[in-house]
Amino acid sequence: MAVYPENVRPDNVRPDNVYLDHAATTPMLPAAISAYAEAMTVVGNPASIHSQGQNAKRMLEEAREVVARSVGSDPIEVVFTGGGTEAINLAVKGLFWARAPRTRILAPGGEHHATLDTIEWLEHHEGAVVEWLPLDDLGRVDVAVLERAIAANPDDVALVTLLAANNEVGTLQPIREVAALAAAHGIPVHVDAVSAYGHVPIDFAALSRTGASAVSVSAHKIGGPVGIGALVLSRRATVVPLIHGGGQQRQVRSGTQDVAAAVSFAVAASAAVAELPGEGVRLAALRDRVIAGVRAAVPEAVLNGDPDPAGRLPGNAHFTFPGCEGDSLLFLLDVAGVSVSTGSACQAGIPEPSHVLRAMGRSETEARGALRITLGRTSTDADVDAFLAALPAAYAQAARAGLADREPAR
Amino acid sequence: MSGGVDSAVAAARAVEAGHEVVGVHLALSRMPGTLRTGSRGCCTIEDSMDAQRAANIIGIPYYVWDFSERFKLDVVDDFIAEYAAGRTPNPCMRCNERIKFAALLEKAVALGFDAVCTGHYASILTDADGNRELHRASAWAKDQSYVLGVLTTEQLAHSMFPLGATPSKAEVRAEAAERGFSVANKPDSYDICFIPDGDTRGWLAERVAPATGDILDRDGAKLGEHDGAVAFTVGQRKGLQIGTPAADGKPRFVLEVRPITNTVVVGPKEALAIREIAGSTFTWCGVAPANPEVAFDCDVQIRAHADPEPAVAQVVPVSGSTTGETELVITPNEPLTGVAPGQTAVVYVGTRVLGQCTIDRTVSAVPVAAMSSAAADA
Repeated sequence: MAVYPENVRPDNVRPDNVYLDHAATTPMLPAAISAYAEAMTVVGNPASIHSQGQNAKRMLEEAREVVARSVGSDPIEVVFTGGGTEAINLAVKGLFWARAPRTRILAPGGEHHATLDTIEWLEHHEGAVVEWLPLDDLGRVDVAVLERAIAANPDDVALVTLLAANNEVGTLQPIREVAALAAAHGIPVHVDAVSAYGHVPIDFAALSRTGASAVSVSAHKIGGPVGIGALVLSRRATVVPLIHGGGQQRQVRSGTQDVAAAVSFAVAASAAVAELPGEGVRLAALRDRVIAGVRAAVPEAVLNGDPDPAGRLPGNAHFTFPGCEGDSLLFLLDVAGVSVSTGSACQAGIPEPSHVLRAMGRSETEARGALRITLGRTSTDADVDAFLAALPAAYAQAARAGLADREPAR
Repeated sequence: MSGGVDSAVAAARAVEAGHEVVGVHLALSRMPGTLRTGSRGCCTIEDSMDAQRAANIIGIPYYVWDFSERFKLDVVDDFIAEYAAGRTPNPCMRCNERIKFAALLEKAVALGFDAVCTGHYASILTDADGNRELHRASAWAKDQSYVLGVLTTEQLAHSMFPLGATPSKAEVRAEAAERGFSVANKPDSYDICFIPDGDTRGWLAERVAPATGDILDRDGAKLGEHDGAVAFTVGQRKGLQIGTPAADGKPRFVLEVRPITNTVVVGPKEALAIREIAGSTFTWCGVAPANPEVAFDCDVQIRAHADPEPAVAQVVPVSGSTTGETELVITPNEPLTGVAPGQTAVVYVGTRVLGQCTIDRTVSAVPVAAMSSAAADA
């Protein structure tokens, strides 16, 4: 058998490929890669007492401080995890268990699967009673609906969880209002900021003052490595840990800490925060070109999410193309060298009708014609040009293929 | 690409023949199992991953296309409805007819592809005039031309079967191993992919409400009761639970299932012999015969693994039809056993698939004095 590393890069992607799926993952920042590689050469378990251990611990804690600054929290509040999904699991399950015997979980229906599936698991195995809150036409949770849901029995609400910005349609959510509302009843709030982090400012101190208990973030969405994220957990919040062991990180998340990944994460976090004011404006301008260009090329296309540029993520454009399967469009654009997304796909790679659009009250047919275009640090005007050039032919052909595979033969 | 060895090798051969190939895995269930168990597998996530790894090695793009809704409507629900109507359907055939060479092909053509290429063991040959014909595979033991008998001329024009000329499955496995496919030794799949444990009766019983009905003999005399006609198939011997033995002491077999009256007709083994089968839903595969109204010699095959039997076939008007309906009537030279309405009769001329019909009615070779015939009324 050949020694493995001879073919790490299969290079299946054409050299002129245009990557417009930055919400899935975005290229690692070169500085984060070099810091990662360098930090990996340092020997030492941060829990060890000797000088190598202390050296590693110093690197780890400096990284934690940088990540804490990027979200406006105290360093002690940053709990590194294996990624966004683990952070969300820790927050949702950990808060639910810590709040026993309360049983109610309030969450919008358009959350990421990391939240949806965690809550459903709690429902099926731990006696949670779930109330899925509807989203409005723009994909936003209605604070008044949440208020009524809490008021029905405030004493039995274990937690409220919601996205800071919807990962599919990009709609920014009223997290401050939600946090304040829940805090008035002493209910902990978890904010899933995985898609918002690095794209809009996250101020944990302010959120925490108004009542939020925990915020989840992930490194690979901002140019850091896959495999590390963080739960920013208020010093006043209590969660029951998912992982038991050596008691690292406030006993909340045991396991030897990944110093090199934390260092790389910190490099990406500091760059993202420093660049945010300029990048936010630049990406919003590119996004607005995408939106205007799609509308000009395909007048039937429906923009999903908030049409107000201030109400959505700067790098997100999301459309429904009537009469098309989103996966047909994705395939045709892929063949044309443009990588976009239909939203979420399950583990087998089967495109699913968007549950976000379903939560917004759209039909399943509409939910199948969705396409998400997301921009990031490496996106350029030329990328937008290439996408807009490829779209008309792809749309025309996808429309011909139509929804044929949904109608029974006979 | 199902994730099996055949479609992986077929894809590799298509690439080597110079075609531009994209691997497509059909998602036929919204709730796929995670891991393959035993020989059943074309729907699990492990199978999807196997298919993707083969596509990686070949160096072709790979996508999963979701046909779960159409599969449920056209194959699974049809399977249940056919059983409920007392017929014995072949879901693999229905899948070829309505999914692989219909929904999938239509979508593929609309998206710019020319053909659907599969790992079926069958050959496409071209006659002197350039017409495409479907023929049996060289590997007789693996031949799958029967389940492709439903293909129409148009569908055949957009189909490719690169394994047709392979002498044996062993060669395909050897080739897969040589190409480095992890699925080279993956077990063949059998049975019905959407019935995970292979218990067709139990699966159907959960989906078709059983109702107690009568078990009759061929003269119409009641011999006992059953718990639901759906549980019976023509030719079945076991599980009849008739208290009284037959007058001649010989075992009795299910001859007919009549869903409308919820009755099961039983009789001696000899009565299972069928001298005529007919179906009004028939298609020609490739160029249709010039004069099918004139009886012609052929071979008929009535199950995927049955032998072809010499027969005479003819298209005739359906008796009593006022709308000009016709049916394909097939008369085997020797009576056939194991024939039930709902099965597909595929008509061959030599190795060529000429066409097929879904069997609507059969005529027993052994007449009953009290009944004009044993033709199924289903």
